[in-house]
Amino acid sequence: MAAEKNVGLVLLNSSLSPFGQRCSIALAEKGLPHEYVEEDLAAKSDLLLRSNPIYKQVPVLLHDGRTIIESLIILQYLDEAFPDTRPLLPTDPYERAQARFWADYVDKKVYGCGSRLYMIKGEPQVPANIEMAGILKTLEGELGEKEFFGGEHGFGFLDIALVPFSTWFESFDKFWGVGVAEVAPKLAAWAARCMERESVSKNVFSPEKVSDFIGEMRKDLGIE
Amino acid sequence: MEEAAAKMPEQPAVKLIGWLSPYVHRAEVALRLKGVPYELLQDDMANKSDLLLAHNPVHKKVPVLLHGDRSIPESLVIVEYVDEAFHGPPLLPADPLARAAARFWARFVDDKLWKALWVALWTEPGEAQVALATSARESLTLLEAQLPEGKRFFGGDAIGFLDIAASGVALWLPVFEEMAGVTLLADETHPALCRWAREYAADEIVRQCTPDMTMMLAFLTPKRGMFMSTAKAMAA
Repeated sequence: MAAEKNVGLVLLNSSLSPFGQRCSIALAEKGLPHEYVEEDLAAKSDLLLRSNPIYKQVPVLLHDGRTIIESLIILQYLDEAFPDTRPLLPTDPYERAQARFWADYVDKKVYGCGSRLYMIKGEPQVPANIEMAGILKTLEGELGEKEFFGGEHGFGFLDIALVPFSTWFESFDKFWGVGVAEVAPKLAAWAARCMERESVSKNVFSPEKVSDFIGEMRKDLGIE
Repeated sequence: MEEAAAKMPEQPAVKLIGWLSPYVHRAEVALRLKGVPYELLQDDMANKSDLLLAHNPVHKKVPVLLHGDRSIPESLVIVEYVDEAFHGPPLLPADPLARAAARFWARFVDDKLWKALWVALWTEPGEAQVALATSARESLTLLEAQLPEGKRFFGGDAIGFLDIAASGVALWLPVFEEMAGVTLLADETHPALCRWAREYAADEIVRQCTPDMTMMLAFLTPKRGMFMSTAKAMAA
């Protein structure tokens, strides 16, 4: 279709950011052309600081110069502003509510617990490990026998919300002994299916890159 | 009238689990604004009922909306669900950019504003508390800037999503301020936001689901110690 048509979209992002990756995946799934700006998080651009003065974070979406912030809000915006593209959220209000609830859960729990795991020195602290294993099992329960979290609607909002964190799974095992393949095998299989999609494989960090990144960070923090 | 209330062919019962919480209020006000009749199942936070645990096994918190055999937890998810599942005046604006802004500022209220207010309220008096109070007032200023010029509510002429999300600032903050002996929101510093708070609190529909504040104060006062501990942990 109009692959090169300019629809006025600019994504300020850092390829490191799982939240930014969500937006890249969504834009790819919707076939939306956009200008991509890779931000140096150590030296943030004026545009970023002006667009997101409160949090000063990526991702930021600009649409004809107007700002949209927060990855899940950006995903919903893309659905609403571009109704002729592949929808990310289902149409049924209850299914939408469930997708929103679980995406919020991913933000609070997967990101929340995962970030805490980084800061743990030496041998893994048992409670954080147990918590992460529990979180993964809960998500697996929500997935059930579905191919994707989007169910009948296919790869969608919740899949996109979670998939950037799926490449952290190998690191959970390497650094903290939370083996996703053992703890939540259906979730591991789901992650593998997602990686077969070009929108995902091109935009998420590979498991190796994530491991390297975490290793570096832990060294910097004097944890290793 | 039944047809007008629900988009579903039949009219399954709507129930709300919860009591005396700013989050429950959000769900109630959304239902009332849409004209959806519902039954409030008052849950006791100290003894979480089997019903609550069955319907919100993940977070074990109120409110939980029960609509027929559907259960929806998380107050803002409930508000969006109510907006989408029932007819009635829209709670979110129509324009996608305005919707994104409303959702962003609602998250700001929960993620940043309330955290700033909380630590400013419950930190021991002293230099640190003064700095926290300044920071909290800055966050209030950011929220105040979202009020449309010359309009009564964040939603414009009618109560909308952001008004509902910020309702705790209008209804509960004065109670906490009284308990803590701290003033954060005042006419001198935030005249527009105070005007909004009075408008919101005085609204006929809001008043129908606002708990009696004397009862609220009595209910919350014993928790002062707990609030101070959580504030300490948050500020750390």
